[in-house]
Order: sequence, then structure tokens, then C-alpha cells
Amino acid sequence: MEKKKINIIVDGKEYQVTEGKSILESCREIGIKIPTLCYLKDISQNASCGICVVEVKGARTLVRSCISKATEGINITTHSAAINIARKTNLELLLANHPKDCLICERNGNCELQDLSALLGIKETPFERTKPVPKIDNSSLSLIRNPDKCILCGRCIAVCADVQTVYAIDFAGRGLKSKVSTYLDQGLGNVACTNCGQCALVCPTAAIIERDESKEIMADIYDDNKIVIVQTAPAIRVGIGEAMGMGEGELVTGKMVAALRKLGFSKVFDTDFAADLTIMEEGFELISRIKNKGTLPMITSCSPGWIKFIEHFFPKSLSHLSTCKSPQQMFGAVAKTYYAEKLNVDPRKIVVVSIMPCTAKKFECKRPEMKSAFHYWKEKLNLPEKDSFFDVDYVLTTRELARMFKVTGVDFSNLPEEDFDHPLGISTGAGVIFGATGGVMEAAVRTAYEVITGKPLEKIELNVLRGFEGIKEAELDLNGTKLKVAVAHTLKNARVLLEQIEEGTSPYAFIEVMTCPGGCLGGGGQPIPTTWAIRQKRSDSLYKEDRLKPIRKSHENPAIKAIYDDFLKEPLGHVSHELLHTDYIERGIY
Amino acid sequence: MSTSYQLKRADFIFKNENDWEDVLRKSISRPPNELINELISSELKGRGGAGFPTGLKWKVTSEEVNDVKYVICNADEGEPGTFKDREILSRVPFKVLTAIAICGHVIGARTGYIYLRGEYFFLQNELNKAINEFEYYCKEIKFDFKIKIFMGSGAYICGEETALFESMEGKRGEPRNKPPYPSSFGYMGKPTVINNVETLAHTYTIFKYGSKRFYDLGVQYSRGSKLFSVSGDTPKPGIYELELGMSLADFVEEFGDDDTKAVQVGGASGFLVPRKRFAETNIGFQGKLVGISLPTGGSMMLFNSSRSMFNVLDNYLNFFAEESCGQCTPCRVGCQQLLKGIKAVKRGEKNAQYLDKMLKLAETMQFTAKCGLGQSVGNSFSSIVENFREEMIY
Repeated sequence: MEKKKINIIVDGKEYQVTEGKSILESCREIGIKIPTLCYLKDISQNASCGICVVEVKGARTLVRSCISKATEGINITTHSAAINIARKTNLELLLANHPKDCLICERNGNCELQDLSALLGIKETPFERTKPVPKIDNSSLSLIRNPDKCILCGRCIAVCADVQTVYAIDFAGRGLKSKVSTYLDQGLGNVACTNCGQCALVCPTAAIIERDESKEIMADIYDDNKIVIVQTAPAIRVGIGEAMGMGEGELVTGKMVAALRKLGFSKVFDTDFAADLTIMEEGFELISRIKNKGTLPMITSCSPGWIKFIEHFFPKSLSHLSTCKSPQQMFGAVAKTYYAEKLNVDPRKIVVVSIMPCTAKKFECKRPEMKSAFHYWKEKLNLPEKDSFFDVDYVLTTRELARMFKVTGVDFSNLPEEDFDHPLGISTGAGVIFGATGGVMEAAVRTAYEVITGKPLEKIELNVLRGFEGIKEAELDLNGTKLKVAVAHTLKNARVLLEQIEEGTSPYAFIEVMTCPGGCLGGGGQPIPTTWAIRQKRSDSLYKEDRLKPIRKSHENPAIKAIYDDFLKEPLGHVSHELLHTDYIERGIY
Repeated sequence: MSTSYQLKRADFIFKNENDWEDVLRKSISRPPNELINELISSELKGRGGAGFPTGLKWKVTSEEVNDVKYVICNADEGEPGTFKDREILSRVPFKVLTAIAICGHVIGARTGYIYLRGEYFFLQNELNKAINEFEYYCKEIKFDFKIKIFMGSGAYICGEETALFESMEGKRGEPRNKPPYPSSFGYMGKPTVINNVETLAHTYTIFKYGSKRFYDLGVQYSRGSKLFSVSGDTPKPGIYELELGMSLADFVEEFGDDDTKAVQVGGASGFLVPRKRFAETNIGFQGKLVGISLPTGGSMMLFNSSRSMFNVLDNYLNFFAEESCGQCTPCRVGCQQLLKGIKAVKRGEKNAQYLDKMLKLAETMQFTAKCGLGQSVGNSFSSIVENFREEMIY
């Protein structure tokens, strides 16, 4: 249906635009650009920065175009001497308290404040600093907050509250003392923060960034006594390309593998292998829960932001979580046991690095219970407790990896494509689609259907579970047994499904939850910017790789068959239980 | 040139009338439209300082369709140099309570709130007693209306109506994006009339005596009387009810100490008028035909020649830098920069031309700050710097 049009005048010329939009969006529609800073479409319109101001005939003051509606007959001026001075002055005011250390800043070259300064032609900073240098908040294992670089745009607060319903951060203090803070100023690591990193993804400056661990990793790579192996999550292959100057969402699996080898990793493996393993364990867990009348609905446990969310906000519902570890943690446990045995090396020599689209994974790998491989070896090698090691040593986000590629001079876009190493690099299309919302569910159905019915699944692409709708649901027919399933992405939508569970009205048997908008492809560790249009392209690429894979069902993965035959024996078996399953903590909110 | 107007005292607000039961009973028996028309023809404008026509405010809120609406009496009297609302609430609380209830009758609200400034906690007990008595009477005449006190916590910004709602809702006191306006989306998202204490007290007068009695006071565009909080270098500080439209010269004649060099009209967020402009300045709303008109919430601070205008400005800016809610850039950082700037010039760290940069900044604040607070900082800054530039430098 055609939307109604209205007539507006912009800079003296008449235009027709769609009714109901802001002045800013109306001007964008007709190709007139108004500079913005705090505004972020669909996320935040705090209207605090004062950059997007325009003149509206008849208004007493300048008008913020981001929050003011374009109405029939409105007469707008988007640039004039007065407007230019106002915009420039407001930017100069922000710069007064912003450190001018762009050359050594993590966001150098990818900073909205820097870009705007160039755009508005800032040549001097006439105002002096008025606030003392605040303390850096490095209490979190995932995220670092540097309030000195904060321009109080409010985007992080908006995304935390409105998209995730976590409310970990908010404005505190007034006037000079205004700042973004956490509950009682305790720091992100000590409050109910899920580490999802969406705040870092929307931050226009470097006020919130991922905890950078690339230095430690490079040191290990250069250490001959260590075997540094890497796993890459599904969503990296559709994100790293754009961070290296290629097209948005471009599928670059082969180049990524080649680049990681160039960087010096001794083996390049695929988290998709572990995703297939997850499907086996989780699929059988679901079947077992249905058969044995266990707790239903069962909810996926791959997304560590989601895990911490339910631990904080819905601790009573923890029994609904699948006990399966996430693919990253399954990989780490398998790498330091099964693979170490294959190599016949001391597991303490192996360093497992994960490349993840995710900041919460940094926290996940440091959870005290994630030392399964150590416990596996403890008695065999008579290891003392002080030698304990984590299954996964480091997690790097897509952004950090891009920085490492750049530092080491990897000519990414010109690299010839290479394949993952065996055996932990062998995967199926089912593992690939873990990176998109609905993917885990689709992958699980591909396997569960065949295991339960014993018949091959005719149509393996479940379109009903694809796409970016907040909550998707479907009813599956497994040999006469009807199963209702649901898929949610963002914690706001997860909250809806959890509230149903706590009220006892949830109609589902199985639920997939992904923390970030769009699933992992929109994760908090992905390249900036990440918009809905970019998420769509990344999603398209993931499903493309699925189509290109010769094997598309987890249980048909030969490497998976091998690991069960040689090592794990059977899904939910004793070894699996020790290495691949975990438990959760009741955290509460305070 | 002095206008023909002479200083005229009025005595409505504090007149001890003891007839609130009659006024309430008679008013709520009249149809809402009639009361709205009464207000509109009185031309009463908001006495908090912004001067929005009160009748119009009640009218648009009454036209909103919603089962729940609210009346809020804004008693967050925070403007430096204003102390009239405190007196109204302690001396004639029943007039205000009656006006709140009549407003409820007009717009269709069953609950009224008094948002009481945090520092006015000492009024709370007496006010609650009055509310109890008032509600008892309402029950007697079968008029379903409740009034509650909500204590503020001391932030200046919470006198801004939308920040006040946020504060009442338990949130951080920050102005909301407008539109929507309170008439459609106020406290708890419901249609809300929010009026200053004094405005409500005037509606009492209007409903009791009719609009003409009020309209006959004052001058064109600035009808009625107004309370003035007179302070500073004056032999008779205090609260005075005067007709609007007086010239500042007449005012200084009456209240000055023969050495008045400037008057700050409207508190820290108002304008400083130097002696040479007393005659051409009138106290009232914009639109008067002759001279300059200054609207005001009623704060009149007189300064004589012993005062340093630098110190006065320094004091205001400290106040604003502290009280800015911190939301929008121009106000949050602008206030700090103005404060830092005048100090730097005074100390000789910046040259006098830096004041011009500061005046430009003040102008940007007036044009781009999000709410009245930030927009009005430039009022006092520019009027003081422009008129007493040498005092800023030497």
C-alpha cells in the first residue's frame, strides 16, 4: 500500500515525502544530508547532542531534526550561517572534554566523532577541558569502559534498555558530573550485565570497547613451546571481510582461513564442527527430555549473553536451559583432550584461541566451570591444582582479529582461498547457520527429525525459522508427534518467552534464544557499523554457504561420527557428560 | 520615557476569604466549558514565568479522551530569588486546593498532585492537614477528588514540567522530547494539566469574582495581578501583589534604595536590566506595544553600586553548571564553559575578545538547548556581559 505523501519545503525547494517521518528521515529520503551524532536509527533518539539542528519557519529556536516530525507545508532550512555556527559550537563543546588522542585510539579511522569533526571542518578547539579525567572501568572480562571518551549520546543506554531489557547502564549525576554508570558505580563486571556488547557496537567513539587480548595471543604465537590453534565462529566468515575493506556481509571463508594461517596459528579449525557436535548432544538431550518427561520447553544454551541474562533475571528457570556447553566451549574441551591425544602432546602446551562475533564469549571462557579438559587430565597426568587451565584460553572478536591482520600486514582481499584443517575443521551446513537467528533450531530439526523418525528429511530448508522477526514459531510433525518450537533473538524477546514459562503458559517444547539482534551475525564483537541492512547481507551469505556445503546435516558429518566412534562413544554418554555439558549459577540482580 | 502606568497594588491572593467551600461547590456545579471560557476571557497566563494561556491549557486537556487524567500543582519553586509559592501554600492553601479540584472537574481528572520542592518539607504537615480537611469536605458534597503531595528531591530542573513528570515517575529528572505535550501525554503518559501554584491561586480569584475583575487589572497582553518576590538591595524586601505592566522605573522608585544600578528580572534565568533601561522596560508578557516587555516568574533582585556584577554572574553560572541536568550538550558543557570563560577573562588568562566568543556560545545555547533551563542561561549571561562588560574584565 502506498504511504501518504506530504509537501514540504527544504532550503527553498518543494518536495514530496512520506508522511509520518522525522525531519531528518524525510530529508534523507530526498537525498539531503543533515549531520547527526547521537541519533541512531531505530535505536536512539536522545536528541542530546544538538548537531542535527535545522531552522523551521515560525519556530522560536532551532529544531532538532531527529525528533521533530515533518508536517504538511513545513518550511525547513538545513544550512545557514546560524545553523553552521550552532552545530560547530556544540561539537566544539563536546570536543572540549574529549581526549584528542585519535592516533592511539582503538577507534581511529572508525569513529563518528572524528568523522563529524572532519565533516564540520573543525580546525581548532576553542574551549578548554572542564572535567577531571574519570577512571577507566575494566571490571568486566568482556568490555572496557573509558568514560573520558564518552560524549553522553545515550545510545548504549538505549540499546541496553530497549533492545536487551538489561538496564545495566544508565545516566547518573547531573551537570558536570553527568556520566554513564552502573548500579552504585560498581563497574560492568560487578552488575547484572550480560556482556552482549551491543553497547560497544553502537558507541560512536571508543568509550565502550571489547577487552583487547591480541597482544597476549601474538606472544603465544611467537612462543615455539606452544601450539596455538584457532577456531572461528560461523559469523566471522561473513563479518571479517567488511572489516578488511571488502563488501558488507561478503562470504570470505577461504581467505579468512588463509589469513589466520599467515598470522601464525598452527591449525585453523572451525567452530562449525563443534556446532555439529552441539546438535548431536542437544538433539539427544531434547529427545531424552521428551521421552522421560523432563523439563520442557528446553532452551538452547549457545549464546553466553543469554546464559548470563537468565542467570541474573530468571534464575528459577535455569532447569529449562540445555545442559550443553556452547560450541566454543565444546571445541575447547575437545581440542585439549581428544585432539591433544591425537597429537600426543601435553595439553598444557595447547593454546586455544576463539574468533567470535561476541564479547560475551570472553566472559564465558573464563567461567570457573570451563576447565573440563584440566579435570580430564588431572589424574591421568597427576597435575597439581595450580596448573589448572581453561578449555579456551582467549577469545578475540571480529574487530580485534581485523586489527591483528592489519598489524601483521595480511593482504586480506588478495589472499588465495584455503581450507580448514582436519579433523576439527570439518563441518556441515547445519553448523554454518548457527550464526543466524533460527539457525540452531533449523540445524537441530534436520538431525532430530531423522533420528526420531528414521526417515530422511525431504525439505531441509525451514524458511519459517529464517528472517529477522523478533519471535518466530513453528509446529513440527515428527512421526505424528507434534512439537511446537520458538526462536527468539534479542533479550527483550527472550524475556517474553521466559515470562510465558514462569506463568506456565508456554506452549513450546524447544526454544532457541540468541542474545544479539539477528543472531551471532549481529553480535557485539562484529564490525562497526552493524545495521539491519548489513545483518541481512551477512545472513544471506551464511545461508549461501549452507547451500554450498556437500553435507548439510550434523549427524552426517564424518568427523563427528569419528569422534563418537573413537572417543565420546555416544551422545549424552559419560565422556560427553564430563566434557560437553555444564551447569549454571543463580546470580540474581544485585 | 516613562509610561503612563503607575505602580498599582492589588490584594487578591493573600486576602483571607474563608469561602473556599462556596467557591468549590458553586464552581463544580458549573459546566466545564463555562469555566474554561471564564479563564480564557480573563486572559490569565501562566505565572511560573513562561506565560502560556491557562484557559487554553485546560481546554486542550479537557478535550483529550482518556479515563485517567491528572492535575498537578507545580510547587517546585526553585528559581533563585523566588519565594512566593511557599507563602501561598502556607497562608492560603485552600485556595490552591480548591483550584486544583476545580481543574479536575473541568478536565475530568480525579487525582491532583502537589509537587512540593524538596526544601519545603516544613510545609508538608500543615499542607497535609489542609488536604485532609479539604478531602473531608469533598466527600461531604460527594465530589470524588483526591489530592496528594509528592516531595521533590531538590533538583532545579524538576521544575520543568516534563522533568517533573519523570521525577514523579521515579526516573531521572530530565526534560522529555516535545511533542508530545503534557496536555496529551503528561504524568504516567496521561493527559495532564500542570500549573504553577500562583496560577492556580489566580483561577480561584477568577472563578469567585468572574473574569472581568481580573481582566480589568494590568495592561493589554498582560492582564491581572502578579506576585513579586522582591529581594536584594531594597529597604523593603518581601512579597507584593502588583498589577502587571508597570515600568521598571516605577518599580525601582518604590523599592529601590536610591542607588539601584540594575535589577535582575525573573531570577537567574531572567534578564538583568541596567539603570539606563529602567524607563523603557515594562514587566509583563511579550507583545506590549511600547518599550521592552519582560515576562517573569516574579523574582525581582535589586543591585546597588556596591555590587560586583562579575560576582553576580559568577554566582548564577555556578548555579546553572550545577543544576543543568546534563542531558544536552549545549547546556551541560555550555554552562561550564561560560563559567570557566568569565573567570579566565577576569584573571587575564584570556583576552577581552574571548567574551565575544562566550556571547556566541550563549546564543547557541539559546537556540539549541533542549529545554527552558539551557535556553535561558544566555538571558542573564548576555544581559550582564553586554551591559557590564568592563566589570567582567577589570
